[in-house]
Amino acid sequence: MRAPEDLRGLRSAKVAILQTKPRKGAYEENLREAGAAFAQIVEGTGAELVAMPEGALTGYFLEGAVYELALSADRFAADLARTWREAGGGDVDIASGFYENDGGTYYNAALYLEVRGATHRIAHVHRKMFLPTYGVFDEERFLSRGRRLQTFETRFGRAAMLICEDIWHSIVPTIAALKDARVLIVPSAAPGRGIDGEGAELTSVAHWRNILTGTAAEHGVYIVYAGLTGFEGGKGLSGSSCIVDPFGAIAVTAGATEATIVEGAIDAGEIDIARASMPLLGDLRGVLPDLLLDDELPLPRAHRDADGR
Amino acid sequence: MLTVVRAPRDADVAPPKLNGPVAAEWLTRFVVDEIRVRRGMERAIVGLSGGIDSAVAAYLCARALGPENVYAFRLPYATSSRSSLDDAQTVADAIGIHLRTIDISGAVDGYLQHEPEADGRRRGNVMARTRMLVLFDQSAKLGGLPVGTGNKTERMLGYFTWHADDTPPVNPLGDLFKTEVWELARHLGIPSALVEKAPSADLEVGQTDERDLGISYARADAVLRLMLRGYSDGQMIVRGFDAADVAIVRRRVESTHWKRHLPTTAMLSNTAINEFYLRPVDY
Repeated sequence: MRAPEDLRGLRSAKVAILQTKPRKGAYEENLREAGAAFAQIVEGTGAELVAMPEGALTGYFLEGAVYELALSADRFAADLARTWREAGGGDVDIASGFYENDGGTYYNAALYLEVRGATHRIAHVHRKMFLPTYGVFDEERFLSRGRRLQTFETRFGRAAMLICEDIWHSIVPTIAALKDARVLIVPSAAPGRGIDGEGAELTSVAHWRNILTGTAAEHGVYIVYAGLTGFEGGKGLSGSSCIVDPFGAIAVTAGATEATIVEGAIDAGEIDIARASMPLLGDLRGVLPDLLLDDELPLPRAHRDADGR
Repeated sequence: MLTVVRAPRDADVAPPKLNGPVAAEWLTRFVVDEIRVRRGMERAIVGLSGGIDSAVAAYLCARALGPENVYAFRLPYATSSRSSLDDAQTVADAIGIHLRTIDISGAVDGYLQHEPEADGRRRGNVMARTRMLVLFDQSAKLGGLPVGTGNKTERMLGYFTWHADDTPPVNPLGDLFKTEVWELARHLGIPSALVEKAPSADLEVGQTDERDLGISYARADAVLRLMLRGYSDGQMIVRGFDAADVAIVRRRVESTHWKRHLPTTAMLSNTAINEFYLRPVDY
């Protein structure tokens, strides 16, 4: 006899990704634009989880202007919650990237906000750990890096937020999955580039898709990828927001250059099926101690001397 | 005997083929976002030389803003070739953009009559800077934005007049090698006669770019592709590139870094612009 769905603790969610195209630095204007998009989401499928990109309401390349535009997590959460309610929305979870001012220390951050009735609560703030500071990127010149990768509970299951380069290092989503994340929310601002070849998109977009689909399939997780779009000083951010299912298939995707609402779902039952059919995460749990106890790994060890021996 | 499969040398490998549809769409969106969305303008101002770079820029602007919003200018000097004027006309007719001809001979000679000993290089620079002056004035008159046409190869080789060809506030071609501009031109359907003719700055009679540079664009681009990624001369020569080609490109790149920057400003404070006070161009 089959177990009823509710006994298996499965909970699915309607998801909307709001792929924003902000005007650089015009936070209030961009917040109003987001409000119009929220209204469209509310009137449409009525998403239960809304995901937004890195730097969703300011733009990404801020340089020193980040000190003028960064907000406290509390202020940003209050603005989002108020805007959502004014758009006619009810209970919802919103995950969004923003530049955070934490008492004079600045982060590239993402918060996970729960709006319930007239109240709201910040369930988690993730501070970007890998700050790209090479080539076109200059994040660590202006920002401090996050020091912890935490997963957190949501009504749809345990989740983690990884910001842009965070997910390029395969060990990061691996640790998130080991810490029981079933959904990875990835706010991003990826400058598009690469015009060789015959594909239908920039090579950088294709590379992103390979990372996202490979990561989802390896760990049996959903990935909700929210990409910023629009040109910022000649650098085009490549959008392409998408939902990747735990088998590694792209369920739905936006294009690269337009503000877009991407609608889809995450289905917790799919995660269980994917993990049963390809139990790589379970295999890793078994082998992980052998890998991490390897003395040749450059990890701090309590018993090592000052020279690392 | 087993079959042996060997990796080819870089110099023997054809350059990667440009993805024409993706590049055209990306650059079209760039023009829309930078001119219409960011600056709230509708019109583009393009100096149409009869060469392939300005033709591609005009095509992209027409795609982005509509041909009725593209104002092209032929700006001949007395020695400019007739064929350049005809080729510019061909481009304008093909895409239906506005085209006006303003002879700059009077403006150029008005100054140069005081400098009769000026050589060809100086005279060419005066012509290039006069064209810049006209385009910016037409920008003010028409309420449009001048659009640059300089490609990555000439920018890297320093083969342009500083504060002339490089002045327009937006440039869709500046990260495309010359050989990529040709490929994009073919994708856009620009008449093949324009794509195949020898590139020329047309500042002196009979001038061609490749004679000035001492290397073909195809060979220069092949070297640049590796040099810009950090390969040393020795590494490139080992990979099959001609030492003389590498030397020509290296000398030009390393003697022209200054041309790819704004003027050098003496720093005196903790708020020096673009040194300490850092704000993005679109802020």
